[in-house]
Amino acid sequence: MPTLLDKLWQAHRVASAGGGQDLIHIDRILLHDLSGARALAELAEKGHAIAHPALAFATPDHAVATGPGRTAETFPAGARGVALLREGAARHGIRLFDLGQDGQGIVHVMGPELGIVLPGLTVICGDSHTCTNGGLGALAFGVGSSELAHALATQTLRLAKPKAMRVRFEGAFPLGTTAKDAVLAAIGRLGTGAGAGFAIEWAGSAVRALEVEQRLTLCNLSIEMGARMGFIAPDERVFAWIAGRDYAPRGAAWEAAVAAWRGLASDEDAAFDADHVIDAGAIAPQVTWGTSPEHVIAVDAPIPAPEAAPDPARRKAWADALAYQGLEPGRPLAGTRVDWVFIGSCTNARLSDLREAARMVRGRRVAPGVTAWVVPGSVRVKRAAEEEGLDRVFRDAGFDWREPGCSLCVAANGEAVPPGARCVSTSNRNFVGRQGKGARTHLASPAMAAAAAVTGRITDIRRPF
Amino acid sequence: MQPFTAVTGPAAPLLRPNIDTDVIIRVERLVGTTRASMGAHAFEVWRFRADGSEDPAFVLNRPEFRAAPILLAGPNFGCGSSREGAVWALQGMGVRAVIAPSYSDIFRNNALQNGLLPVVLDEAVVREIAAQVEAAPDRARVTVDLEREVVIAPDGTRHRFAIDPARREALLAGLDDVGLTLRQADAIAAWQQADRAARPWAWQVAAPERR
Repeated sequence: MPTLLDKLWQAHRVASAGGGQDLIHIDRILLHDLSGARALAELAEKGHAIAHPALAFATPDHAVATGPGRTAETFPAGARGVALLREGAARHGIRLFDLGQDGQGIVHVMGPELGIVLPGLTVICGDSHTCTNGGLGALAFGVGSSELAHALATQTLRLAKPKAMRVRFEGAFPLGTTAKDAVLAAIGRLGTGAGAGFAIEWAGSAVRALEVEQRLTLCNLSIEMGARMGFIAPDERVFAWIAGRDYAPRGAAWEAAVAAWRGLASDEDAAFDADHVIDAGAIAPQVTWGTSPEHVIAVDAPIPAPEAAPDPARRKAWADALAYQGLEPGRPLAGTRVDWVFIGSCTNARLSDLREAARMVRGRRVAPGVTAWVVPGSVRVKRAAEEEGLDRVFRDAGFDWREPGCSLCVAANGEAVPPGARCVSTSNRNFVGRQGKGARTHLASPAMAAAAAVTGRITDIRRPF
Repeated sequence: MQPFTAVTGPAAPLLRPNIDTDVIIRVERLVGTTRASMGAHAFEVWRFRADGSEDPAFVLNRPEFRAAPILLAGPNFGCGSSREGAVWALQGMGVRAVIAPSYSDIFRNNALQNGLLPVVLDEAVVREIAAQVEAAPDRARVTVDLEREVVIAPDGTRHRFAIDPARREALLAGLDDVGLTLRQADAIAAWQQADRAARPWAWQVAAPERR
């Protein structure tokens, strides 16, 4: 009767750490130019060695420019982080996928793509969206730089086991509804704090039917529901997706691995601390209206009035959000004029995301007055997209086709949406100022973002446009 | 890490729900600022107006709360990004403890790694303490006592809070986690030896052949 969480936890439990905590073995440590660089510097200051440098992998993604011909110095304030990452990786023998090299990319795109992340592994990174990797059936979660340094020094973390939540999407997603819409709808229904203290197992027939890259998108937003960890039981589709990737096991090791991975599922009679069921067939394309991922509605639903908020604190939060976003309650989001469109991020910058977006763009032009960017998730995604001509589709329509990195998802690299500008974004956070001071973000799927770019308005892709 | 035993002082009420770490410290301050100087930028999107001047209406700009060592907050405090700079920014502005109904898991861990105490009390209790503070902002004092695991409201009411015993000990002593864990190095090594045999694929990370 164990849950998948129980199995993953037990498989990595070295010992009790006392006081309700366990010492959990960490199989993979991913480092980027902000928290990774800081953790390496912190270790050097304290004089700790790195326990297993071969289990750590690094790539710069956060504070690096994404314009053509960029180098680490293009965004000068970020150059120091990249330099520290390079120095630390070289000093400790950590594999670095540097700018301009094969493999570089957004850390949560790069890890699965290279077979560094595998089902059943514990994976950490100093980045809250590490939960993305749960799409492969890994126990993956974000940590701060102190915990990152701890794991580098000891290959373990002292952790209290979270409670187990299951969220099932049953039925089939309608045409136009993606994993992004599904997880936004769940966050809208259950709230952005619902998963705090829990690990979420995403399940149900609609999830089992998802392609692997969509599963990564679904798990990516676990943290926006408050859960540090989110995962999906791995299946044959995942194993086939991983087979042959650079760091994936081969030969006898592969056979042994797959045999073990087939046991990575919650038992039929497993008991969860919280269990939710959502009707997949009732989920329409979602767009956020406010400044928290829980401020989300179907594209054709009316923007809610603060008076409808469940309590006084939320009433104020909703009113503040509407004021920040420059929106009036009562009208639907569809038809709202947009200034910027961003297709990218660890949520939605994989090849299948770019294909979906390109489908909306082919033969059309970016609307006058709209700035539209595509930032592929990795060097490999970019190359694969170019091989099938997607870059031409975007460029011909007037999009910027850029170099891999986090870019406008977090605006840590000198690239930002201007104050007051309205941006439809495939990223994961619509917080105040997230995409730039005063920037107004509307989270949506790649197809919805692409449609907004060519119409200049938030657009319901289920109707002709 | 500075040990935490007890703190008494003004408590700034900032009760909105879901305060995210992007709001606590903007990402560009993580690249351009040292850890020690992040306090100057804490909550900058709320503290400063578009022209760069302070917004006097924002609670942390009010004279009685400027140096408050305690922050009263709404549910799901510290959600969003894992940036540890959010903790350093709070500490940089003098905050030693936060009292809220709930926290994001990553923020709570980051706080504990740095000696910032995240106290959990019922939302109604947090609101009641905030109401007492607002009734006498110049004089109201709140105590957070980790040794006794109690918060004392301005009117003297004592509210018990719970904290993981291991975390409590570490905070009281100002102990670093790495030192604690390295005491278990033998157990880790033995576990890893067995694991290499049980899960060889988890340890095979040799660079692949050139493509």
